[in-house]
Amino acid sequence: MSLDRRKLLKTVAAAGAAAAVSGGTSEARVRGTIPPDALGLMYDTTKCIGCKSCVVACREANFKKPDRTNAPGGIWDTPMDLNGQTKNVIKLYKSADGQERSYFKAQCMHCADPACVNACMIGALQKREHGIVTYVPALCSGCRYCQMACPFNIPKFEWTSLAPLMVKCELCAHRAKGAALAVDTDGFTRYPKGNGSACAEVCPRRAVISGKRDELLAEAKRRIAANPDRYRGYREGDPPRVFGEHDAGGTQVLYLSHVPLEKLGLPDVGTEAVPETQQTIQQGIYKGFIGPIALYGLLGLAVFRARRSQKEEGPDGGGDA
Amino acid sequence: MSSLHLKPEAASLMRGNRRDFIRVCTLALAAVGMPWELAGQVARKAASKKLKPSVIWLHFQECTGCTESLLRTSHPAVAELILDLVSLDYCETLFAAAGHQAEAALQTAMKQNAGKYVLVIEGAIPTKDNGIYCQIGGRTALEIVHEVADKAGAIIAIGSCASWGGIPSADPNPTGATGAPAVLKGKTVVTIPGCPANPYNLLGTVLQYATFGTLPELDDKGRPKFAYGRTIHEHCPRRAHFDAGRFVQKFGDEGHRQGWCLYKTGCKGPATYANCSTLSFGEVVDAWPIGIGHPCYGCTEQKLAFRVALHDTVDIERPTPPDTYPPIRAQQGSVGPIATGVAGLIGGALLGAGYVASRKLGQTPPPPEDSGKEA
Repeated sequence: MSLDRRKLLKTVAAAGAAAAVSGGTSEARVRGTIPPDALGLMYDTTKCIGCKSCVVACREANFKKPDRTNAPGGIWDTPMDLNGQTKNVIKLYKSADGQERSYFKAQCMHCADPACVNACMIGALQKREHGIVTYVPALCSGCRYCQMACPFNIPKFEWTSLAPLMVKCELCAHRAKGAALAVDTDGFTRYPKGNGSACAEVCPRRAVISGKRDELLAEAKRRIAANPDRYRGYREGDPPRVFGEHDAGGTQVLYLSHVPLEKLGLPDVGTEAVPETQQTIQQGIYKGFIGPIALYGLLGLAVFRARRSQKEEGPDGGGDA
Repeated sequence: MSSLHLKPEAASLMRGNRRDFIRVCTLALAAVGMPWELAGQVARKAASKKLKPSVIWLHFQECTGCTESLLRTSHPAVAELILDLVSLDYCETLFAAAGHQAEAALQTAMKQNAGKYVLVIEGAIPTKDNGIYCQIGGRTALEIVHEVADKAGAIIAIGSCASWGGIPSADPNPTGATGAPAVLKGKTVVTIPGCPANPYNLLGTVLQYATFGTLPELDDKGRPKFAYGRTIHEHCPRRAHFDAGRFVQKFGDEGHRQGWCLYKTGCKGPATYANCSTLSFGEVVDAWPIGIGHPCYGCTEQKLAFRVALHDTVDIERPTPPDTYPPIRAQQGSVGPIATGVAGLIGGALLGAGYVASRKLGQTPPPPEDSGKEA
């Protein structure tokens, strides 16, 4: 379902015409799903050593310049978070007493039903082949609704650019270049080295692995079953679970953690897809408008009646200006 | 191991014993990153007198430091090198002959091995005023280098002077000194810059040419990639200190004694392509600037050495993350007590001023009579 400018203009014109004719009942939203051939990543905090090879590899694979802003003299690449030139970053969680530590790899979660895709008014963000949430720069108007909509705070805007675009992980889809997916030696289906996700390819401890989402989910569950004491749930005391299995309606990037998942900054979004929630809220707001409209109607009526009764009393009534 | 077997007659041609000889070949191969199994092949070729490459070594504007550093190589020692591995047919530093004898040797070597010999150039070539600033036997360096290079099988420029001009080409460059590649345009010149160049980089290149008749893979400046493929910074023994932000601030300070990173004292390692950090000079461990606590001065790089001030820092071309991590949630700026106090004072002053001003407004005498009552 690729969309180019021509098609976009046609669509807009057609939609405008349809709206004018029909009087505005919009079509129901198409719910996004995880396709059977969905690709994804699985990140296991117990394996990550914080070497940041993935940060460097991601930059090189995506032709992004290092972020020197936080380094004195610009001698280091120090992104403080995902930003206009950083699609992947390793952060550190440290408990107040410093005893509990965990690295955390942040990048796009590739949701089943992405809020960014739903928020984008012209389809610059699309869920495409293998469920990868893809960005089409030619269509982007720079409104940054996607940035507001994303519950994981992933899409970032190139604030420093004169022709700014959105920046987010696209699972290195541009590197595939028609290469065929094949089962690798470790049993996961992925592109040959050099064509797949750069972060997973470069990881020295395989803390982040790429593969088909169902394979990764099975592996994550196997790890939890093999070491139930090692992994944690969302909050302290919760049974261990895979983040992303059902969160936000399911994501193609999965997390396993040895600290409570909430400590890693993962939001408690529930199992419903975020666009569904957004739609409920929006419709709720419109439903709620009935109350105020009725109230203002009554007030208006009261004012109208009062004025009329004043006029009947005589023109001198409202003299002082 | 069978590949290392040499026929007795071949072995007898060598100085020293067979074991040492094989070791020399293996070391030289290791230096250029070729598999050690080829050592037998190299040894066999080198041991047969016919195939020893003829080497003509020309000195121009230089300090002979590159030759001196080659003389101090112990594996192989220079004696092994010039007697066993190559046939050094002309070299002003190592020649017993002088004057006309030496010139005759050069002509003979060129004739006998035309199209096959290896030309090693050491030193810059002056080009100003038709090259009159460097002459040997009444001929300019320019004439000599063109003549010898025309019939050479391979041309190697050793040291920064021969590679791109080196010290003689430093501003104001009164003699118009330049490197061999600039003079021998259109010819493949392997450059082995360095001040001095690491002898192993020369040795490896010469041995590869002698054994296989090929030259190593070169970068855009003619430097062998096996030696000049990465920056000093990428292989620096002090790199961990750089990543952790532990810098020497001043020579002799605590950090300097602890062996911290020398970047802030002007280390050119991040912009200098060379293998000093991985291949010790003359097998003496740490016998290179950073090893002895001095910043790298970028001797292999034309844009750095003798051009950028010694203690000026260079830009990091490809910065990598430091040894620190951003927190899960970025720190929000908070308002400190002092800032609150200052803001309070300013606010209070403004309020006070406003009050006083409004009091004064109230006290102003009524405006003149004529504009009075209408308002």
